[in-house]
Amino acid sequence: MNDNLEPVLVCKDLCISYYTRAGEIPAVVDFSLTVKPGETIGIVGESGCGKSTVAMAVMQYMGANGGIKSGSITFKGRDLTQLSEDELRRIRGAEISMIYQEPFASLNPSLKIKTQLMEVPLAHEDISKDEARQRSVQMLADVKLPDPERIMESYPHQLSGGQQQRVVIAMGLLSKPSLLLLDEPTTALDVTVEAGIVKLVADISKKFGTSQIYISHNLGLILETCDRVFVMYSGEVVEEGTINSLFTWPRHPYTHGLFSCIPLPTADKNAAPLKPIRGQLPLPFDRPQGCYYHPRCDHFKPDVCDVDHFKMEYVENSAADDHRVRCLRYKEIDHRQDTSDVEVKESLKLGKRVLNVDGMKKYYEVRDNSLKAIISGKRIRYVKANEELNFTARESETVAIVGESGCGKSTFAKVLMGLETGTEGEVRHKGKDISEIAVRDRSDKQISSLQMVFQNPFDTLNPSHSIGAQISRVIKKFGVETDKNKIFDRVMRLLDTVKLPRDFYFRKPRQLSGGQKQRVGIARAFAGNPSMVIADEPVSALDVSVAAAVTELLMDIQREHKTTLLFISHDLSVVRYLSDRIVVMYLGHILERGTTEEIFSPPYHPYTEALLSAVPIADPEVTKREIVLEGNLPSAMKPPKGCPFCTRCHRKIGDICDNEPPQNQAVSERHIIKCHIPLATLSEVAPVINVPDESERIHTQQ
Amino acid sequence: MTTSTTEMPTAGYGASFLRGLKSFTLLRESWVGMVGAFLVLFWITVAILAPYLAPFDPNSSIQPFAKPGIEATKGGGTFWLGTDHIGRDILSRIIWGSRTVLIYAPLATLSAYTLGILMGLAAGYRGGWVDDVLSRIADIILSFPVLVLYIIIIATIGASGINIIIAITFASSPGIMRIVRGLVLDLRNRDYVAAAQTRGESDWRVMLIEILPNARGPLIVDACLRLGYVIITIGVLGFLGLGLPPPDPDWGGMVNETRQMAMAFPHMTLFPCIAISTLILGFNLLADGLREISLRD
Amino acid sequence: MVMLVIKRCGFMIFTMIVVSLILFMLLETDLTGDPAARVLGQFSNAEQRELWREQHGYNQPLMLRYAKWLGNFATGDLGESIRFKGPVADVMLPRLWNTAILGFWTFAVMIPLSLILGVLSGMKEGSKLDRSISVFGILTTSVPEFASAVIFSSLLVFGLQWLPGTSSMAGGFEFKQLILPALVLIVYDFGYVARMTRASMAEVMTSQYIRTAVLKGLPYKSVIVKHALRNALIAPFTVIMLQINWLLSGVIVVEFFFAYKGFGALILEASLNNDIALLEACAMVAVCVAVTTQTIADIGYTFLNPRIRFS
Repeated sequence: MNDNLEPVLVCKDLCISYYTRAGEIPAVVDFSLTVKPGETIGIVGESGCGKSTVAMAVMQYMGANGGIKSGSITFKGRDLTQLSEDELRRIRGAEISMIYQEPFASLNPSLKIKTQLMEVPLAHEDISKDEARQRSVQMLADVKLPDPERIMESYPHQLSGGQQQRVVIAMGLLSKPSLLLLDEPTTALDVTVEAGIVKLVADISKKFGTSQIYISHNLGLILETCDRVFVMYSGEVVEEGTINSLFTWPRHPYTHGLFSCIPLPTADKNAAPLKPIRGQLPLPFDRPQGCYYHPRCDHFKPDVCDVDHFKMEYVENSAADDHRVRCLRYKEIDHRQDTSDVEVKESLKLGKRVLNVDGMKKYYEVRDNSLKAIISGKRIRYVKANEELNFTARESETVAIVGESGCGKSTFAKVLMGLETGTEGEVRHKGKDISEIAVRDRSDKQISSLQMVFQNPFDTLNPSHSIGAQISRVIKKFGVETDKNKIFDRVMRLLDTVKLPRDFYFRKPRQLSGGQKQRVGIARAFAGNPSMVIADEPVSALDVSVAAAVTELLMDIQREHKTTLLFISHDLSVVRYLSDRIVVMYLGHILERGTTEEIFSPPYHPYTEALLSAVPIADPEVTKREIVLEGNLPSAMKPPKGCPFCTRCHRKIGDICDNEPPQNQAVSERHIIKCHIPLATLSEVAPVINVPDESERIHTQQ
Repeated sequence: MTTSTTEMPTAGYGASFLRGLKSFTLLRESWVGMVGAFLVLFWITVAILAPYLAPFDPNSSIQPFAKPGIEATKGGGTFWLGTDHIGRDILSRIIWGSRTVLIYAPLATLSAYTLGILMGLAAGYRGGWVDDVLSRIADIILSFPVLVLYIIIIATIGASGINIIIAITFASSPGIMRIVRGLVLDLRNRDYVAAAQTRGESDWRVMLIEILPNARGPLIVDACLRLGYVIITIGVLGFLGLGLPPPDPDWGGMVNETRQMAMAFPHMTLFPCIAISTLILGFNLLADGLREISLRD
Repeated sequence: MVMLVIKRCGFMIFTMIVVSLILFMLLETDLTGDPAARVLGQFSNAEQRELWREQHGYNQPLMLRYAKWLGNFATGDLGESIRFKGPVADVMLPRLWNTAILGFWTFAVMIPLSLILGVLSGMKEGSKLDRSISVFGILTTSVPEFASAVIFSSLLVFGLQWLPGTSSMAGGFEFKQLILPALVLIVYDFGYVARMTRASMAEVMTSQYIRTAVLKGLPYKSVIVKHALRNALIAPFTVIMLQINWLLSGVIVVEFFFAYKGFGALILEASLNNDIALLEACAMVAVCVAVTTQTIADIGYTFLNPRIRFS
């Protein structure tokens, strides 16, 4: 691209360590990187790989216990590690800016947006307050925030998450920096909001010529935003290259492994299941000899890979000449050939109906204590968390409920589990209406046949009790076994089932990793032989390689027990991979439901269409139609009068959308779309995602 | 799989005992906590060994107005810390006094904690009107200046050991309730609590087995601080003449009885003051050390 | 916001009424023993007690007595003090004024001192200054007021003979006599406020928005003054307001020790002499002061916190 220009940032042989009571912990080893003007570099890796540490080292903000051990960070010819605090201050915010993971936490809660924006140019340039103000308003408009004047006068908590992140980006760009660091800027946001931010980030370098370093755990996001990518594993870069050369032909076994863990559109739960990477990330002070990846590598060769630590090498015969890899055996491995050992799993026969949801409604009563409400006498208002839910699930079937935060999917799970009771309608589980029976009034049998796997691995187990005690309790409570020895026996077998060592019986949750905890959570849910399990985002908090293993485990157990799985998620790619049928929810309504096939091809509900477009796909040959939703999710307290989606819909046809609730339209017997637009029109829409045929591919990842 | 009962893993409860021991030895890494633990252990030892350590009977008048270090004129022995205005040995009274304070303060704290934890669990877990009523009651009790509350309670029910425990329970359980309630509000939204609820566990089991053990960290630190504060309260009540009835030694009461003579005989008031301050300091330092350690991991 | 103020004030009045009811039940009824016996002493006989009850209207219905009692209170008729043989209001007002003077000087020194030291140690958590202030704070809060009063008097009064040992102000107001009582209160309360300020400041300093401010390239002074203090001083504000409640307790001990003719000593005297009318009045005044400051603290907290103010 701009090969003849002076690079903006050069990191050379960088080693960064943290010093703790336990001794020195090398967080980043042997890291080299060059950023050219206008270029966007992606750094991708799982948690603990050192990617954020790199960003903090560039900002020279390491905290008291971190330090750069060796190497240099040169920004426009100056070594940042040698600068004084005052010299650094003049670079920070003016020439290098940073965007953070949690926008809300990074804005000062007690200062207005205008104060926080204006102080950036005021601190770095000799300009008047009026000028600073004008520039801030202009910048807010540039990051596509509606009504910048109003935003200037707001406090951070008055803005939505997406708006806050746009403000933070505006703040970063105010002094026209030459380098922008983005540390997982969309992780805390909903997918449709994320899509907007990603588009904005991709436009920045075009519009302002800013170089960027984009840090993410999501390969799909990297593909959509970056020019070049660095893959990090356990503190070091294992592979780097242009997006095109690395994504079409990853050379390092780890990179390849990552791609096999992601449910790409080419994956299929029966024909081409995910291939998890075995083992776990090594802890920084526990890294193996030689290649850090060798204990998990399928191509490990003794006495070659586990001897010495080695440097990055240029890949021969690559499409681009700057593709580098840290592997001694990359020439001998051809990932194209190992599709052979993929096991093909049998597809399941669906059984009889297990769950029948019919017109289920859940309203919450909220007391409004404002003066206005008291005077007008309208103190009790209703939050319609679930409105007219209708769907069914069969034995062995996986039904996914998809939607962004606040769509009512968790409320539905609560009603199902009996933690809340439904307001109207029926939820028949094995023929009995349970919607109005709270859990304390259900029989042990009813309870044990309906269990749940929770979202947060760090929260799912009680930190005070041992793993064994927690699983035993379930067995005892449901009366599966009563004899002490038999209970112990069953716990052991459950640990075997979820592929955990038996001596975990005595461990406390804090001695387990996130993936292991989630496995215990699954063992606990299946301890009472449930006929149906609700999994609430069970892998969303896990790293890609671990998530794939947990997903596969969950599906294997489901196969074995013929369990009905109700899978709650916001991630359409996971859902597409594992579910048989999908229910799309928005603001408490089901907007569309049907088989996975039906949901992923036209006719779409406009919201489904937007959701599909928002999902990042880590495959450069898959093309997507770009649909970016405007606006925010409306509050559940004040839902729109007509169609719930009318405030953000890109296919709105007129006043009817605002004023009249839409009716269900049946495409087929089980494919329902709730929209005013005639089915004929919706059917003409082009598919959002286009996957090329196998024959047209340059290279296959699977 | 049938033989799995015999394949019992060996790492057993012994390991968890060792871990408990290890977390205690962690205290070694905080010198503040170590000093605190030393002071507290010192006074506990003194209290236990009082009959063997005290050179004289704490309540008998032997020789009035003896300065520290003076030999007793009859019967032998030295008044290391002198005697008071009616001739009782101050060292012996301080030693026996440590028993009084180390019996009443932990008892009162324990009783306040029992009530406070029960109320806090109920308010935090049940919420709704239970929470409203309990929180209002707590607000009202806490709106009294503490000492005024003690004075009113003692004025109406009289001064005695048991009444002091009642007064302290009444006055400090609302504060404990607030802390527990705050912790419970946080903990009750954890997934493991939801997991217990979805398997139909009773409220009491959820509160006592699933929630309470996870609140123990902050509660132990608070209990140490509160123990120190209860000791101050007992001392102050004694000092104001509202404490335990004489003649049994009580550090606050000793200061009260002799403070008129402090000008001429400062040792009579000074030594009990040092005794009570070191004990409180011990609990406060211990609390600080424990907090430091709990923040670290 | 308006709603909140109304609500808080409503609750304040509710608390005062409940407290008055509690006081009435405790001190004026048979619930905890015969009030006649409490006033006349345990050696009075049944006849004397009956006569006293008749004279003082104790045989009227309970609710009527409470209504009368509350009505008198609201109109400023606080009854007669047995101990001082005069209207309670006349006894109490000068005492309140004296305590206000003592409280003023205590706060005037203690608050700036503890805020400054708290902020300084919270700014650099773990520094030498932080550790010393921390340990010093624990040390001073560990010494009860009566003990530090003893220690300070033996040092400054008996040892160095710099200050007078009593503060009865027998020969008119003398500032020198105020120093010791104020010093004892300052030393005891300082540690708590300083530690709370430190904790609040330290928490703010580790927050992500401070990182943002630093990485924006703002000068360090601006990071502290504009971004940190604003948020860090919200919590200590509440602590200071609640400290008034604690001060009332400390004042009792200190005034008793130094024979200072203040409100705290008066409560104690009333209690020790079974001067029921005086004790009731004093307790009511103490609670009113405490509840009012708590209400101000609550409203102030909301006002300082834009997150609550605008939602």
